[in-house]
Amino acid sequence: MKLVIGLDGQSSGDKALSFAKEIAGKTEACELIVVYVIEWSPFSFQTAEENAERHKRREEEISIAMERVVTPAVKSLTDAGLTARAIVRHGDVADTIDNIAHAEGASQIVVARSSAGGLTSRLFGSSTANLVMNARVPVTVVA
Amino acid sequence: MHKITTLLLSVMAYIAVSLPAQAQEAPASLDARVNEAFANFTGPFVSFIFAPIPGTSFPWIVMWLVIGATVFTIYFAAVQFRFFGHAIGLVKGDYSDPDDAGEVSHFQALATALSGTVGLGNIAGVAVAVGIGGPGATFWMILAGLLGMASKFTECTLGVKYRNEYPDGTVSGGPMYYISKGFDELGLPGGKILAVLFSVFCILGALGGGNMFQANQAHAQITQITGDYPGYITGFIFAAVVFAVIVGGIKSIAKVTEKVVPFMGVMYVGAALVVLLVNFDMIGWAFGQIFAGAFTGLGVAGGFVGALIQGFKRAAFSNEAGVGSAAIAHSAVKTKEPITEGFVSLLEPLIDTVVICTMTALVIIISQQLIIDQATGNYMLNEAGTAIATVDGNSGVALTSAAFGSAISWFPFVLAIAVILFAFSTMISWSYYGLKAWTYLFGEGKVTELIFKVIFCAFIVVGAAANLGPVIDFSDAAIFAMAVVNIFCLYFLMKVVRKELNSYASRLKSGEIRKFTH
Repeated sequence: MKLVIGLDGQSSGDKALSFAKEIAGKTEACELIVVYVIEWSPFSFQTAEENAERHKRREEEISIAMERVVTPAVKSLTDAGLTARAIVRHGDVADTIDNIAHAEGASQIVVARSSAGGLTSRLFGSSTANLVMNARVPVTVVA
Repeated sequence: MHKITTLLLSVMAYIAVSLPAQAQEAPASLDARVNEAFANFTGPFVSFIFAPIPGTSFPWIVMWLVIGATVFTIYFAAVQFRFFGHAIGLVKGDYSDPDDAGEVSHFQALATALSGTVGLGNIAGVAVAVGIGGPGATFWMILAGLLGMASKFTECTLGVKYRNEYPDGTVSGGPMYYISKGFDELGLPGGKILAVLFSVFCILGALGGGNMFQANQAHAQITQITGDYPGYITGFIFAAVVFAVIVGGIKSIAKVTEKVVPFMGVMYVGAALVVLLVNFDMIGWAFGQIFAGAFTGLGVAGGFVGALIQGFKRAAFSNEAGVGSAAIAHSAVKTKEPITEGFVSLLEPLIDTVVICTMTALVIIISQQLIIDQATGNYMLNEAGTAIATVDGNSGVALTSAAFGSAISWFPFVLAIAVILFAFSTMISWSYYGLKAWTYLFGEGKVTELIFKVIFCAFIVVGAAANLGPVIDFSDAAIFAMAVVNIFCLYFLMKVVRKELNSYASRLKSGEIRKFTH
């Protein structure tokens, strides 16, 4: 069984992580895939200077995400004797998590409850809500 | 930081004051003195670039641009029409590898390049063209835009192919790189010298069309609303903000502008459509004027040749096809196939000239700001006989503003904001193009870069203070001088592009290159 855990780099992500850890502990031969998506759109507007430095920034963003969020999460899972690996991608959070889960043939996605609140989530919906509505793989939302 | 800002502002003030003081004549306003010194200084360069072909009144440079665009269109068998659909697919991201998410997309490269070209050329430049060359200038402008798509395709493909990718992950590209590397690769001599020459003109172009013309017309637009006041005041304010962004590193201002400008562009086209819809019964008449004027001139100065020259000139100034500036902006894209950015870039003259410039022209014609002699059906000239007489004697951006204002009374206010933002974003883009040329010449480094940035800001003040005439002449001349070197080199390098095109086209046909399923 494969489980995809979507992290958002905030404390709520830890809850998703420990929930996934619990399920995996009870399941035989469970592989955990920790996913962190850096919000990015190919249709945003940038200055020429930003474009020239984009590749460099992308590498930096990925290494920061690896260092601060993903690697510690994977470590805590492997320390608990579980099989885990990490994926960091740029893109729309909901779409990217769904695409990865679908491509990996995962049987479930575990994410935390939306951390966005107020006007933003009312206008655009949260990533979690979008994921729940559009995912092709069952989603568990951890409160 | 604050201290440096104050110091540099004082330096700029000194330059602005001392430059004209050395010129001549006693009691004249600061603006007038800046103007005179500037016109005297740039005169010979301008005369050379716009020298007529012997025995005619046709400037050789306009012929140069049109012949270039025509040669590329024929050489690549009308690539701008054959691959138009494919270009749209590329911009939509149909062919982008999902693993490259987070890199510069085709859309982003196109949007960045467009924000450098969509600006006052589309608003003020078109008004100048139609004001002097009459509605017929629009026809030639559209034709130049369509042909220019092939020039853009050629230069932007080369821009990506020969860019420099540095170990730290940043990229630099543009004509200076493809000229020197491309010529070396083909075993041709003189690549380095031509690249240096291009860089010199690119710096002048950045200071002229990418800076002074923008500052000048932004000031003209502001005074339309506030009433007249000295141009150097606007110049200092603009210079301070641009300084804060390019030297102070306050990127947030540039970021906000980059996000607002596209919406301003959409709003501008939207407002033009509203004006056209309100006067829909006159659209047929307007096109009639455009076609009739294209071949007869309808009484404009210089007849139909005058219309043609104005149309071609303003199209080239607005979409910069063949100039080489876009190759700098497009070269940052992430792609394994340089030719794909060529396809994407050919959309630029289409959006800039065929759509936006034509909208401006139609609004000016339909709003009947240009005075027609009812007896002959021809346009009446102003007292000096240099341009068509307008209802309120307006020219440049003021003419566009009055044209929109005649249909939507409050629009000049929105237009003023749009003009300021367009001017600002074009300045930021060109400060980057100029800087790339500058660092190509003098090497990269904090001090050399700072020198260029300070010069750039000082020219904003001069541009805002000088009159439209000398500023537009110098701006055109500098930008066209870039095209002289660039198109000359493109003739030698176009076979490289054709090889890429043939290889890509066959792989696209065989299905080796196909859409990614997202």
